[in-house]
Amino acid sequence: MALDLDIRHRQGAFLLDARIRSDGRLTALFGQSGAGKTTLVNAIGGLIRPSQGRIVVNGRVLVDTERGIFVPKHKRRIGYIFQEGRLFPHLNVRQNLLFGRWFTPRRDRATDFEAMVGLLGIGHLLDRKPSTLSGGEKQRVAIGRALLADPQLLLMDEPLASLDEARKAEIYPYIERLRDEGGVPIVLVSHSVAEIARLATSIVVIADGRVTASGPAEEILRHTNLFPQSGPAEAGALIETRVLRHEDAFGLTILQAKAGPLTVPRLDLAPGAPMRVRLRARDIILSLRPPEGLSALNVLPGTISSIDEPDGASVDVTLDCGGDSLVARVTRKSVERLALRPGLAIHAIIKSIAFDREALGRAPVTTDV
Amino acid sequence: MIDWLSPEEWTAVRLSLKVALTAMAASLIPGIAIALILERGRFWGRQALDVIVHLPLVLPPVVVGYFLLLGFGKRGPIGAFLAEHFDIVFSFRWTGAALACAIMGFPLLVRAIRLSIEAVDRKLEDAAGTLGANRVWVFLVVTLPLILPGIIAGMVLSFAKAMGEFGATITFVSNIPGETQTLPSAIYTFTQIPGGEGGAMRLTLVSIAISVAALWMSEWMARRVRRRFLA
Repeated sequence: MALDLDIRHRQGAFLLDARIRSDGRLTALFGQSGAGKTTLVNAIGGLIRPSQGRIVVNGRVLVDTERGIFVPKHKRRIGYIFQEGRLFPHLNVRQNLLFGRWFTPRRDRATDFEAMVGLLGIGHLLDRKPSTLSGGEKQRVAIGRALLADPQLLLMDEPLASLDEARKAEIYPYIERLRDEGGVPIVLVSHSVAEIARLATSIVVIADGRVTASGPAEEILRHTNLFPQSGPAEAGALIETRVLRHEDAFGLTILQAKAGPLTVPRLDLAPGAPMRVRLRARDIILSLRPPEGLSALNVLPGTISSIDEPDGASVDVTLDCGGDSLVARVTRKSVERLALRPGLAIHAIIKSIAFDREALGRAPVTTDV
Repeated sequence: MIDWLSPEEWTAVRLSLKVALTAMAASLIPGIAIALILERGRFWGRQALDVIVHLPLVLPPVVVGYFLLLGFGKRGPIGAFLAEHFDIVFSFRWTGAALACAIMGFPLLVRAIRLSIEAVDRKLEDAAGTLGANRVWVFLVVTLPLILPGIIAGMVLSFAKAMGEFGATITFVSNIPGETQTLPSAIYTFTQIPGGEGGAMRLTLVSIAISVAALWMSEWMARRVRRRFLA
């Protein structure tokens, strides 16, 4: 078990009471600001001492208040990537990168400096001072600095929150490579559904200091009612695809999913590359017959596997399209008018431009459930 | 150049530099420690320590000198103890002048360092901790370099104060040429004797030159430190 945690911590009027067990390669802690996500990672990283409970990382007990165990932060070997980077201003990039390595026992130094610099694309920055770097460059250096200390676990507290969309797009591929190629389990704090849909293999939803849901990313994201705080529009399904071909004349890319081909805006990826796509429940239209004379390019045939309890005027309908599970959010009236029921053959219609640009991310090499 | 000042005047200049540099060097490490304790420490009596450290700033220097005489004089409890067990004598020696100067400059040194400690981003220290540095290392490789400009500023203030200290020094160790007669004491003496105007003026000019040089050097060092932060 990469992370096994059961803590209670009081901070003023706020009470954090969380129990998390996760073996995912990238576990996302999801919730609104003030839900207790940062308090939770601070407890894991040793920046705060929880009032009560225990924290076990990779089988090593870091905190156990009953047995009086509290491993100080400098002995935990947990990498922490902060929202603001926190690079040392008086050291250059190379010295920042090597800071943690200096304190790592020689036998534990496994990460190759040159390889890490290459992976993060920061070779040309080594002699610069942090104050001269852009926000995206700073975060890449911060990631390298944490990893070069060869941590047992990597914490990321909204590492991209202070960056604009372009800078985020610059960092995402690096985090995806760490998730897929690095051996270090990652805990990522985020309040962006699109971000965790792109990156997470497991998700823990936190609200008001409590865990309200946890499990594999595909499962958690499918259930719209797990995200009441972010609005029903954010729910959707995650499906794994591969790039089939590009239609350059139209500026489009065709992806192959189990459900069938999907047409999306042009992606800069080679044919065969894995791609994770998030289909938002509100973007899917259901039709009993194959539609004709319709502008939408994506029509996926399937069957209804289940219909959720109505939530106000709308209902979530889960579909099975050739093995891929999709969720469509439709009105209660449509369910009645079309006489939707489990087992019914149906066509899911999705506009090509409906694909969440941020949620089109490289797929993990294997999906762990 | 050598002829410009009389041998007695040169003695006063050399002695003043020795006293001031000794006072500054001796108070540096205690100054950093006290600044850290006052800024970061949470203990009973912190307020009292704060007041004691700052007393020389508000008390008349003569009063401080008199306290030193009572405490560190030959018959004073601390002075007698140190003389008997460690053979350290302050009264009517240049070391006594250095002690008086160190104590008078101490609040200035502590204040400057404390301000720079207050400005240090503690989050950087947390980050260093997660990278495996224990508290001592964090202080040595993160905190200390970050407060270096404040330390330099404090050292210059301490040095300048020591060069100008008069009241506490003359009260505690008197005005003995070659032993305790620093620049201010020598200038004062020249103004008290007929025909001393020339000597007083010369030593005044030297005093100004040393102060300006110290200020200039601190600016230069501070600029070098700052440049290290900006690549």
